Amino acid sequence: MQQEDFLYLTPLIIIAGMPVLIMVIMTFTKNFPVIFGISILGLYAAILSVLMPLPELPHAVSSFIRIDAFSIRLNAVILIGGLFITLLSYDFLHYQEGEKTEYLIVIFVALLGTMLLTASVHFISFFLGLETLSIALFILIAYRKSKDQAIEASVKYFVLASVSSAFLLFGMGLIYVGTGELSFPGIASALAEDKTNDVLLLAGFGMMMVGLGFKLALVPFHMWTPDVYQGAPAPVSAFIATVSKGSVIAVLYRFFYELRLFEIENLVVIISVISVLSMFTGNLLAIRQNNVKRILAYSSISNLGYLMIPLLTGDQTGLQALMFYVVSYIFTTLGAFGVVAVLSGREREAEMIADYRGLFWKQPVLAIVFTVMLLSLAGIPLTAGFMAKFYVVFAGIGSNLWLLVISLAINSVIGLYYYLRIVVAMFLPKDVPSLKVLSFTASLVLILLTAGILWMGVFPQQLLEIFAGISSF
Amino acid sequence: MILAALLAILIGSGILAWLVGRLNKELPRYIALVSLMIDLILTAAIFFNNQGTTDEWIIDFSAGWIPHFGIGFHLAIDGLSLLLLLLTFVIGIVSVLVSWKEINENTGFFHLNILWIIAGITGVFLSLDLFLFYFFWELMIVPMFFLINIWGHENRIYASYKFFIYTQAGGLLLFIAILVLYFIHGRQTGIYTFDFPALLGTSINPSTAFLLMLGFLAAFLIKLPAVPLHNWLPDAHTEAPTAGSVILAGLLLKTGVYGLIRFVMPLFPEASVNFAPYGMGLGVIGILYGAKLAFAQTDLKRLVAYTSVSHMGFVLLGAYAFNEIAYQGVVIQMIAHAISTGALFILVGQLQERIHTRDISRMGGFWQQAPAMAAMGLIFSMASLGLPGLGNFVAEFLTLLGTYQSSILVTCFASLGLIGATLYSLRIMQKVFYGKAKSLPAIADLNLREKVISGIMVIAIVYLGLFPGGILATAKPSLKKALKESTLLFSPERNQLKFSDPLEMFKSNSIP
Repeated sequence: MQQEDFLYLTPLIIIAGMPVLIMVIMTFTKNFPVIFGISILGLYAAILSVLMPLPELPHAVSSFIRIDAFSIRLNAVILIGGLFITLLSYDFLHYQEGEKTEYLIVIFVALLGTMLLTASVHFISFFLGLETLSIALFILIAYRKSKDQAIEASVKYFVLASVSSAFLLFGMGLIYVGTGELSFPGIASALAEDKTNDVLLLAGFGMMMVGLGFKLALVPFHMWTPDVYQGAPAPVSAFIATVSKGSVIAVLYRFFYELRLFEIENLVVIISVISVLSMFTGNLLAIRQNNVKRILAYSSISNLGYLMIPLLTGDQTGLQALMFYVVSYIFTTLGAFGVVAVLSGREREAEMIADYRGLFWKQPVLAIVFTVMLLSLAGIPLTAGFMAKFYVVFAGIGSNLWLLVISLAINSVIGLYYYLRIVVAMFLPKDVPSLKVLSFTASLVLILLTAGILWMGVFPQQLLEIFAGISSF
Repeated sequence: MILAALLAILIGSGILAWLVGRLNKELPRYIALVSLMIDLILTAAIFFNNQGTTDEWIIDFSAGWIPHFGIGFHLAIDGLSLLLLLLTFVIGIVSVLVSWKEINENTGFFHLNILWIIAGITGVFLSLDLFLFYFFWELMIVPMFFLINIWGHENRIYASYKFFIYTQAGGLLLFIAILVLYFIHGRQTGIYTFDFPALLGTSINPSTAFLLMLGFLAAFLIKLPAVPLHNWLPDAHTEAPTAGSVILAGLLLKTGVYGLIRFVMPLFPEASVNFAPYGMGLGVIGILYGAKLAFAQTDLKRLVAYTSVSHMGFVLLGAYAFNEIAYQGVVIQMIAHAISTGALFILVGQLQERIHTRDISRMGGFWQQAPAMAAMGLIFSMASLGLPGLGNFVAEFLTLLGTYQSSILVTCFASLGLIGATLYSLRIMQKVFYGKAKSLPAIADLNLREKVISGIMVIAIVYLGLFPGGILATAKPSLKKALKESTLLFSPERNQLKFSDPLEMFKSNSIP
């Protein structure tokens, strides 16, 4: 480790340092607003440091971590997402009895895990990052410990995440046996020299896909998603759906592209099947739901199905399509959960569709925000979701992935139905009880997200240019 | 630049109307009216300044939008789009006027939706970049969804879902077809662009071209609507508020025809010619089936909605006849149908406002009580059944004349549609205006605002029926352009009847 490595790791170091700093402060004062403010400042500093110009890219920090255009851009998105989630959590924490500040510590630990994941090029850092993230998430999901649902969700997540980690480790082990390497470049060169045992490796990759499938909630490993989303507090569900999944998908892409796994036909078939199944299952199961959080859970299943398309294209376009889709998906989903979080009260969360009846006539701005988010999830023009879907279809057609593109099109139509159900509810005649006044932070976040999504949908050129910089790893 | 301004005015005033609507209920109406008037005047200015122009495009405006994908902000106007734009703004003004008393809740948001639908439609008629076209194509759906969903009648939610999902499904297939075309062109030439003029010359192998054309058709035939895909229309039209029905019938359906003529025919001439028998078949089925269903309705608004299916069948028929006369008929039909059906929807709206029902069995004898309204009903029923002297007659006559050159058999069946039209139009008159008065409290006749609206429509439909020459001359270059490729492929030896020039026919008032 050299001195200049620290420069490249600044964002990670800030995020890793924040829990320690908060713990030190907690020994002096337990004043929540103060600690909350310091956390926000910490996140802000991390965002600035990640945007800081670096002398040379890509830069390898030992053989575990590689800082490159891909990881920097994703980390920026993840940190902005983390900042928004923290801001949205304020209301929920405000109602929370007992410990509040610990929540912030755990959020930072989880963010550390995600940032490690996006930059990892080695099985060790990959696994470490994933476990750091998962363990933090168990705590976050069960944060409202007076609620049975929260405990249930946390235990469910804990058991399934452990099982999936076991699969992942087993897969990594098999690949290590086959190639004798643990780092992505090492495995790649071993694969290229073809001194490998095919069956062993294929089994290894298969096992890893099972493990990652659980983390990403791809069908048939999706069963935990709706329960966990429903049981967790809305900001935590947002964290799982956006930042956490974004980082796992990032490491999956890095692994896939570095090893050129899209050239292995069997794996392509498996992933295509998983992708199509995820799209259909997610969308079809969402249709009958009346719970907005469960709808968003199923919607995230189908969205991850769409995200498998650029994985299989294996080219530059695919990589950029992924980036655009991930950014659009993270911000859109954050906005949607943000509205749920904002409307939730001390007693219960605004999670049923009925809670949104007539919202437009009471809180027009909030309803418009939610409508924009839902239309973006459905992929309607003027929103980021449209451009993102366009980019994915674009990449898919460019690589002749017909089956996946056609099922994306069919699923967009199915998906439209349940997004519209929520929209329709908001525009029904007014009969909601009058709502509480929105907090400043939450309104700020939601307005920023809406503006961002519309901007990405109408003038995507700038963002596209930023992502065009990602040539390879 | 002026073309971009047309769009900017509509979008901007929409937002303004919404913001102002929270302070004052009446102001949004004036904002909408004024912005549509400005657009109408600007378009009319283009119309009068460029008569007899021979350029391919009267105005061609191009700017970068998303160069990363080769997407440009390319707008252009020619005779056909000019006519449709004039129609768009007139219908837009009418739809604002008819809502003056009907819509009292949330006028700001209502007019935002109206103006954005009009903006979407304007964009569709102007775009020459296929991505931009698709963007506007989708843009008009969302506000229309809200219009039906919020201000519609009893069954509005079901109808709005159906409308959205149908059109969206077609739109996605269109989108995929556009993308495939983009890649085929890009791989051939190395230039990746969505620009329509650039894509025109792309050579595609016939079976791919046929599939791509089906992708385009999916979107356009749903909007048109052609018969197996017409299911959304009766619900959407019936449940929408009057302004929504007027815009749906008058403008939204026309975007499908426009897409067919502007994009499908020139891009896939050979595939279109191969599809012609099916296209004409669907057209005839639409004419007859629509007329039959219209006759069977008891809900007056639904009846009018089904007449749309029947009338649009003529348009589809003419579009696949591949000759200029039929295309002239199509253009006139687009305008005439917008006016006559729009007027009938307005009439139904006025009746519903007065007697709070659309059930024909509860109407009757309104002739004595409301003579002005009954006169309007008579004029537009006659227009609908194709009475000479009114616009629809010219349209249907030209369409059948053109179709006759392509297929005599199909023309024979299509002509039966005129009998169907007579049946359902007379039924409207018979049941609603004649007979014994049924509603006990007498209904009020048209007031000044309603008379003005109907007056505009009457003048338009009569003008169209008596002097279609100007319109035909304006549209002629565009139609020639659309037909350039396909007429060569369409077996010319079957054209037994030869007319020198359809314009001559109207000038001399005698058929050679």
